[in-house]
Formats: sequence, structure tokens, C-alpha cells
Amino acid sequence: MKRREFLKKTAVFISGASVSLSALELVDPKEVLAKNPDLRWGFLVNTYKCVGCGMCVKACKIENEIPWDANVTRTWVERYVITKEGKVLADSPKGARDGFTSKLIDRAAEGKELVPDKEIAQAFFVPKLCNHCTLPACVQVCPVGATYSTKDGVVLVDRKWCIGCGYCIMGCPYGVRFFHPVVHTADKCTFCYHRISKGGNTACAQACPFGARRIGNLRDPNDPVAKAVLTERVGILRDEYGTKPNVYYIGLNKEVH
Amino acid sequence: MVEQVAQMVVHGEAWTIKDLFVLPNEYVYWSIQIVLYPYMTGLVAGAFVLSSLYHVFGVEKLKEIARFALVFSFALLPVAMMPLLLHLQQPFRGIHVMMTPHFTSAISAFGIVFLTYACIVASEIWFVYRKFIVESIDRLENKQRRGIESLLLLVYKVISLGARDISPEALESDHKAVKFLAGLGIPVACFLHGYAGFIFGSVKANALWMTPLMPVIFICSAVVSGIALCILCYAIFMWLRRWALKRGKTFFLPEQVAGTMEITDSQLRDMQDYETKMTSKYLLIFMTLAITLELLDIIFRGYTAVKSWDILREVIYEHDFVKIFVLQYGIGNALPFLMLLLPGLTTRRACVASVLVLFGVLMMRWNVVIGGQAFSLSFAGFMHYHLPIIPHDIETFKEGMGGALLVAATPFVIFYFLNMIFPAFYAEDEAH
Amino acid sequence: MKGHVWRPLFVVIGLVAAILVFRMFYVPADFGVHDQGYTFGFHRLGNEQEWKQFPEKYKGTEYCNECHDDKVESISKSGHGIIPCEDCHGAAFNHPEDPEKLTVDRSRALCLRCHSELYMPSSQRNDLPGINPKTHNEGMECSECHNPHNPSLEEM
Repeated sequence: MKRREFLKKTAVFISGASVSLSALELVDPKEVLAKNPDLRWGFLVNTYKCVGCGMCVKACKIENEIPWDANVTRTWVERYVITKEGKVLADSPKGARDGFTSKLIDRAAEGKELVPDKEIAQAFFVPKLCNHCTLPACVQVCPVGATYSTKDGVVLVDRKWCIGCGYCIMGCPYGVRFFHPVVHTADKCTFCYHRISKGGNTACAQACPFGARRIGNLRDPNDPVAKAVLTERVGILRDEYGTKPNVYYIGLNKEVH
Repeated sequence: MVEQVAQMVVHGEAWTIKDLFVLPNEYVYWSIQIVLYPYMTGLVAGAFVLSSLYHVFGVEKLKEIARFALVFSFALLPVAMMPLLLHLQQPFRGIHVMMTPHFTSAISAFGIVFLTYACIVASEIWFVYRKFIVESIDRLENKQRRGIESLLLLVYKVISLGARDISPEALESDHKAVKFLAGLGIPVACFLHGYAGFIFGSVKANALWMTPLMPVIFICSAVVSGIALCILCYAIFMWLRRWALKRGKTFFLPEQVAGTMEITDSQLRDMQDYETKMTSKYLLIFMTLAITLELLDIIFRGYTAVKSWDILREVIYEHDFVKIFVLQYGIGNALPFLMLLLPGLTTRRACVASVLVLFGVLMMRWNVVIGGQAFSLSFAGFMHYHLPIIPHDIETFKEGMGGALLVAATPFVIFYFLNMIFPAFYAEDEAH
Repeated sequence: MKGHVWRPLFVVIGLVAAILVFRMFYVPADFGVHDQGYTFGFHRLGNEQEWKQFPEKYKGTEYCNECHDDKVESISKSGHGIIPCEDCHGAAFNHPEDPEKLTVDRSRALCLRCHSELYMPSSQRNDLPGINPKTHNEGMECSECHNPHNPSLEEM
């Protein structure tokens, strides 16, 4: 290992200075290439197109072997109902594994709540998944190097090395991580790394009949996702945490974060 | 496929009750063991700081309790690790923290800081007890050994590391070494616990935890709880010794030295009263510091009232009001503070106050760890934690009442055995 | 200072050396700082490969089309043409070898995922034909009247 490089980076970290990694890029041309490969996975969610059928959640669970009845999921869909009085109600029963088929909004311990149609000002669905952040907080806090970001920007968990401390689950501002009920290590969306790295689509995007979810290469100017991110008005979730998420949303609302 | 095993144990589901809008993967992942973890490290650090007050700063008043605090701190040390192991989903991989430490994580420091600290405490005990060890070897070698004594002799021979020189110059070196180690130990103890605070304070995703004050608050409350535990245990052990003395027994003293110490009940009582009273004064100082910082934190949050304050206020002033203001600040802080402050302090009162302080610090840990998970990342829902009392599987034992009691009881078991080798109440004339 | 004071230090040094030697054997050779630097790329490289080899279950409509081109052709003309085959027929896995036959989900619950009427202004859900599951032929399977591959009753 390049001991000097390690010491240098540690020193930068310890100094607490928010020197971005780009500052280090100037040093070594090889690093510039490594940091700027021609592939960087990104995701685009169009919330207008989402109808809350939950086929994406179902496909994800089956594709990625997340036990069907376990109340954890790598992706989920949230329903937001905003009344004319400005009250916001949101739910995601079982992560929308079975879709949204009832007008009753799940208020957990408070029971179910019905909002009459005429009181609804707007209502919509928001699919959620791991944001595969450029500066993932979950990776920063892993004490053993069991979770990491790949060269093409996908955040993965090493199931053979994870000690199961749960720090990454606490560190994620988006709540996408959980303990896998069978493997007993931290688990999360992989952008279906096994599929996309073979040129395929993610299971959730493939299962979506409406094209509400799309994965693409943000570094390719001809990629539809990259184009949309560049030319349309897109938002990201919780940018205040400085994690630089790579899941972009069309039609975000202030109630969603 | 869909026909998966019907019931899956999702970690956290057994003790989490969700209310309103909580994200699907959110549970109280860090439960009672993570409450106990900073609590136990706090006790270790606090006990050590107390013993150092005598060894480094030469606070003669604390001479008696210092030796006890040092041995007790060593007994608490392995227990600081226990909650973490009980909490890990893959406890056998705990060693990875030492193998591939990722230093951008606060937890990664654990293995290294913990080991460093253990080495310092062990070395300090070695120097403090070296004379005793050598004398014990001589005594045991020259007498007819019965049963366990042969084993004890072997233990002493191993831990003496072959250093049998107890000439005055050698002992002088020992004293210097003790002073150095105790001095070195204070920053390491503070670091050990400060970083436990950093583990929480650095989680930017958690609105309640994220504050730079967290490490400092943790250190102060650590010292408070450590001192309180030392006062309490010291007083109790002294009562036991007095009780035993009256019956001609020598509890907590190895037999071979029992005869060497001529001590009467009234002497013991004076010692007990004096030490608890003196230590209580230090307890008061650190309590003031701890409470000030904690209140500063809460006032600052309310005053600046950033986005997360809406949900935090609901947690602090509504859901957890009793736990925070009644149990933690009222019974755990204000009441013992007054009890210690009122004139005519007796050992008994100091002990009751210490119990309350210990309870208060435990509640503080609880309110931080569990309170920090009492609200959803959606800022629109809550999670209630229900401590599993009766275990129905290994997980509800480990992270329930059973595991908590196991952790609480272990230091006393370790102390019992440790005391056989290093008698914590063995007084001799020390020159430092 | 007497020489004996260094003995605990020797023990500590021995301990550290033992840990370091153990570490050499325990930590996989490919564990280290990779592309994303120490903060984000400190990991076992082999794990990336392990994830790439995770088995695929969903094969996509093109895969179905290789044999069932007639069915794909017929549904593509209907409103349901946008629905991937595997949403209703189940993930292909290694069909036709394993499993030989896929179990089609004909349940009412599946149809209701899209067609239970919800009032969702500002969402495309409002544009889908919706029914009230309590009043619209409760207890019956939708496929008793509607052909999933050509659901519009007028065109039947």
C-alpha cells in the first residue's frame, strides 16, 4: 500500500478540513482517471408517473432474496396525501410490497385514517431506494471497511466482513439500510449490481410498467437519465446532509425529504 | 420465491412500536446494550480518573479509595466490551475492528484505544502491587501451601514478570512509573469515553445526537457515574469488612495479610466516613459541570430551533418528558445534588445520593441512545422502545433485561476474583 | 530508573507484535484502499465480484419474447402492453429448465395494485381506470370477465 498516500488522506481527514477529494486529484493523474471514470451510476425517479402499484418492491424483494414477509425492504414507495387544510399524511404499509389498494392511510399505532376525496388537495407517490451517495455517510462510519463505494459509484456491503454493529444504519440519513434477517449483516439496495454490470436493468426499474424508475450512466451525455438530470428540473432528497445523492427526482414536493 | 419461511426475525422489530409515519426499515436498532456500553465505559473512565486524582495530583484525602478505584476500574474494563459483543449481529467478527480499522469511523478506534487503556491500567496495577506480589511469592514459597495457594503462587510468579527486586531504589522507580501511567491514563480514559460520545455526536443523520458537545457531556457524566459507583461500592465493601471484623472474619483481604493489618472497627468506620465524604466533594464538582453542559445543549437546541426542533421538542417535552425531566434531571441530578450539598453529610446519605446519581446517568444514556431513535427520519413519526423483560429467543435475551443484568453483574464477579490477587483494601505505607 | 520498569512495556510490545502477525494471516490480500480512497473505498476487492455473481431472477420481456413471441405480440396491442410479463407471470428464474412452469398470479389483489380507485391528484394513478373493490363484483377474480392480455371489455 502507498503508505504516504494513506497518511496523507488520514491527515486530511483528521485535520477536519473539508478538503474535497478533488483537491487530492490534482496530485496524481492516475487518480484523476480513477475518480472520473466514464461510468457513474445514477437513478431517476419520476414521481408523476408512479401509480403506487408496488411491483418494484415485489420485484426487488424476489430478485435480491429479501425474505418476503420480513418487514424490511431495499426499496419502498411512500404515499403522500396533503389536505386542503395543509395537513400532510404519509404512509408506506409493508413498504408498499402489495401496492396501495386502500384509501385508508396507515398511521401505525394510531390505526387507519380516511381522508375524504373532497378534502384532498394533492396526493402522490414517491418511490425510495438507496441514493448511492457520492459522499456516503454510511461508508464513512463503517468501522471495519465492510461497506464501500465502487469505482462506478455503487455503495455495497461485504456480507463476509460486516460485523453487524448497525452504525451504518444509524449513519444513513435516508433510512435505506437494515439488518438482513437471514444473513444478519447490514443490507441495502445494490442498484442490482449483478444486473447493471452485465448491461441489464435494475429489477425495480424493469418491473415498473410506467417508466417511473430508470437507471443510467450520469457520465454519458447521451444517456436518457443523464440528459434528464442535466436538462430537466430535478431534485434530490435531504441535500442538507451533504452526502451528494445520485438518485434524482422529478416532481418532488416540500413535504418529501 | 414468495414461499419464503413465514416468520422472519427482523432485528429490532420485537421491541419497536411505530407510531404515525415511520420509514419501513426504521427500528430501534441500538437498544439496551448500547445504553449500557457508554455507561460501562463511563464507569471505567470515572473510576480511573478518581484513582488518578491521588496518584498524579497527590490528593492524599483520596488515598484509601484510590487503590480500590484502580482495581475496580480494571474489573470494569472487560465489561465495557461486553455490551458491544452482545449487541453485534456477528459477534465473532468483532475482531475485525482490530484487523481492518477504518479510522474515519468513531467505532474503529475502540479496539486500539481500549487495548491501550487496558495496558495502562494493567501496568499501573502491576507497579502498585509489585512489592506485594514479590512479598507474597516469598511468603508462599516458604510455607506449606494448601490447595489454591499453589495456584496463587504460580499466578504471582507469572505476573511478577521475574522482577523480584524490591530494594528502595526499585520501589522508587515503581512509584515514578505509577505516577507517569496514572497521568498518561487520564487523557486516554477521557479519550476512551470522549470518543464514545463522538460515536453519537458525529452521526449527522440523527438530529438529537449531532452536537459537538456530545463527547464533552459524555466525559463529564462518565466521571460523575464512575465516582458515584466508587463511593457506593467502597462504602458497601467497608460495611462488609466491618461486619466481618466483628465476627472475626477477614472479608476482602487475603488470609496471609490479614494478620499483618491491625485494624479496629472504629478505625474502619472513620476511614469509611472520611473517604466517602472527601470523594463526594469531587462528585459535586463534576456533577455541576455535567449538568451545566447538558442544560446548555437543550437550551441551545430550543433557541436555535432548526428544522428538526419541531420533532425534537415533541420527543423531549412530550413523549420522553418523564424520563428526561423527572427521572434524569429531577431524581437523578437535582435531588442527589441537594443531598450532597446539605451540611452534615453521612456515609449513608452519600450512598443514597450516589445511587441516585448512578440512576440519573443511566437515564441520561437511555434518553440519548433510545431518545435519539424515538423519532423517524421522516420527522413525521415516532418509535417507542419496549425493553424485553422475559426473553423468548436469544436476541430478546441479549438485548433485553437478561443481557442488561448480565452486564451489570459481571464486574462484581470479576472484582471478586481480581481482589484475591490484588487485594483492593490492602493498605501499606506508600511513599507517593 | 531500574531496568525492571520496562518489563510491562515489553509485554505490551509482544502483544502488539502478536496482533500484527495474526493480522497478516487473517486479513485477505485484496483488502485495502481502492478506487474511492480511504474514506469510501477501503474494502475487500473480491466482494465486488461476489456481488456481480449474484443470481438473476427477473429476465425481462425480451427473454420471454424468445419463445412466447405470439403472446408478447398480442398483449402489446392492449393497454396492458406496458406491463412486463414477469409482473404477473412471476420471475423467470431459469425457466423453462427450472422451473418448468411459472405460476401466474391471477389474484384480484394483483389487479387492485393499479385499479383500486384512489383519489391521487398530481399523480398518474388518477389516469388509470379504477374501481371500488368493495362494490365492484366483490369476491370474484377479475380475470373471470377481463382478459388480462386485452382488458378492455368493449374490445372483447
